[in-house]
Amino acid sequence: MPSNKSVSDAPIVQFTNCRILRDHRLQREDLWVREGKILNPEKLFFDEKGSADVQLDCKGSIIAPGFIDVQINGGFGVDFSLATDDFKSGIDLVSQKILSHGVTSFCPTLVTSPPSVYHQVLPQISVRNGGAHGAGILGAHLEGPFISREKKGAHPEHCLRTFEAGAFQDLLNTYGSLESVRIVTLAPEMKRSSEVIQELTKRGVCVSLGHSVANLSQAEEAVQHGATFITHLFNAMLPFHHRDPGIVGLLTSDKIPAGRRVFYGMISDGIHTNPAALRIAHRAHPKGLVLVTDAIAGMGLAPGRHTLGQQVVEIDGLNTYIAGTKTLSGSVATMDMCVRHFQEATGCSVETALEAASLHPSQLLGIEHNKGTLNYDSDADFLMLNDRLYVQATYIAGQEVWRQDASGM
Amino acid sequence: MKLIILETYSQASEWAAKYIRNRIVQFGPGPGRFFTLGLPTGLPRDHPESYHSFMWNNFFKHIDISPENVHIMDGNAPDLQAECDAFEEKIKAAGGIELFVGGIGPDGHVAFNEPGSSLVSRTRVKTLAVDTILANARFFDGDLSKVPTMALTVGVGTVMDAREVMILITGAHKAFALYKAIEEGVNHMWTVSAFQQHPNTVFVCDEDATLELRVKTVKYFKGLMLVHNKLVEPLYSMKETGAERSQSKKPYSD
Repeated sequence: MPSNKSVSDAPIVQFTNCRILRDHRLQREDLWVREGKILNPEKLFFDEKGSADVQLDCKGSIIAPGFIDVQINGGFGVDFSLATDDFKSGIDLVSQKILSHGVTSFCPTLVTSPPSVYHQVLPQISVRNGGAHGAGILGAHLEGPFISREKKGAHPEHCLRTFEAGAFQDLLNTYGSLESVRIVTLAPEMKRSSEVIQELTKRGVCVSLGHSVANLSQAEEAVQHGATFITHLFNAMLPFHHRDPGIVGLLTSDKIPAGRRVFYGMISDGIHTNPAALRIAHRAHPKGLVLVTDAIAGMGLAPGRHTLGQQVVEIDGLNTYIAGTKTLSGSVATMDMCVRHFQEATGCSVETALEAASLHPSQLLGIEHNKGTLNYDSDADFLMLNDRLYVQATYIAGQEVWRQDASGM
Repeated sequence: MKLIILETYSQASEWAAKYIRNRIVQFGPGPGRFFTLGLPTGLPRDHPESYHSFMWNNFFKHIDISPENVHIMDGNAPDLQAECDAFEEKIKAAGGIELFVGGIGPDGHVAFNEPGSSLVSRTRVKTLAVDTILANARFFDGDLSKVPTMALTVGVGTVMDAREVMILITGAHKAFALYKAIEEGVNHMWTVSAFQQHPNTVFVCDEDATLELRVKTVKYFKGLMLVHNKLVEPLYSMKETGAERSQSKKPYSD
């Protein structure tokens, strides 16, 4: 059919025979893409009198927005907290491999490290679009070192710091630069945290609460100063107590400023959180749940010993512990595994499970006009999944960047 | 006329769809030989529930029609009457309407030809009756003040020029209009009645729409269903050869 488009000559692709996730529902609709963005077919039809150049039959697949992982420490032998000579090729490797897990954008995460590591590594992380080379990088997530000694989890104690003396300046000196930093996790009970949170928020950095022994009031104060995220809910924080719910209480707090929403990361690998706890959090505050992998270097590799920053971890099946201990340290789950497990454990709808890995992280980072949805004019980063939520193909900017081949790779 | 009576709304819709399909296939359309389908016009463009959205979501996005072959009047045109006149020209240029498909209002209007419309009217700007405004309120969140009071519409005369007319009437609230349209005389207060003077009309309705008709009328036409059903069975496909298609002629004439 001849195309007679007045706006652009770029080819238009129409994905048919699929169910797309739009307006929080799976709808039997076609997906139209042009120049890397989702196109409005009605405007194309009436305003431009245009039609599709290519029609692709998706054979009944589900089409969902690409997953966004805001907490991933590495994978496939690469550790983002290790300042190696070939750091850049390491990040490239991970960004390419996670395409098969359905991740189209991510935040490489650094655990607590000495300042030298930040100074060497951060300049090598730049915000960039995804493509055939790999998932897009939204910016770094710095988890530590301004965290609580009692809740350090797998983070090395000798690298923990405070910003008591110089507040924000201390933080800036530690990290070197905040140029490509997207998220910072800190413990709000630390002295002068309010100033630091305000400074970070002013600069567009998302502040997350985690590895902390804060009580609910301290957490609420942090939110009032700008914090919007909770790092891996339940883990590395005080347990929920009915007279002091701690950070967990933020899920149902009435002191959240109007118009704001507190999001919380959940590692739904079946290990970090008991399914019953996952359900409690989900039911209490479903719109805030953000699925994260917290994956470490050993993800994608055979069981055995691997590094996580300054520590050595041991992987056995899906369990990852600090070598010789029972302290959990990251996970080896993949994002699509987390989505499936979340859906099974909570019995939620497919739409809810998919949104927890796409829409909610994009809302957290304030990029939902571009990412995390299949709305018209959004970036065409999307996945084709089968009914059991296994990724069949990954697309970035409308181009296929990964496909499940017959051998099941 | 042919009066086709099906039991339910879905059955009536399905019969009508099959009829239209067979009509198109038997016409043998191709490049340069267009089957011109006429449909009643609607509300202004700049509204999310506009006619354009309605037609896109309910019709165009499901078929492979070229956008150049879709002609919808523009309610935002600077000179509305010129827009209407141009529409009449376009119909002529396309060789006339082969089949016009429409419904009727509870006041017996076809398209927006409200009671009192001339039975020889052409495409023009028409003020809407209160009934029509009420009926359209559902597209504007029930807010009557938001419903447009005028519409561009094909005239009764325009539709009479079509080679065939199909009117769909379903629901008890249309029953009185159907009675006035087919059992009473031709009257400009019930503009659908004009089609009594058209050589080729099909009325498709469900049981509820026949509630005001004489039992005799209903029994007569129900008795003809065996014959009428030959218009929809067998169901033809564009993939068949020309010879098979053109073989079947109408089994009888009115």
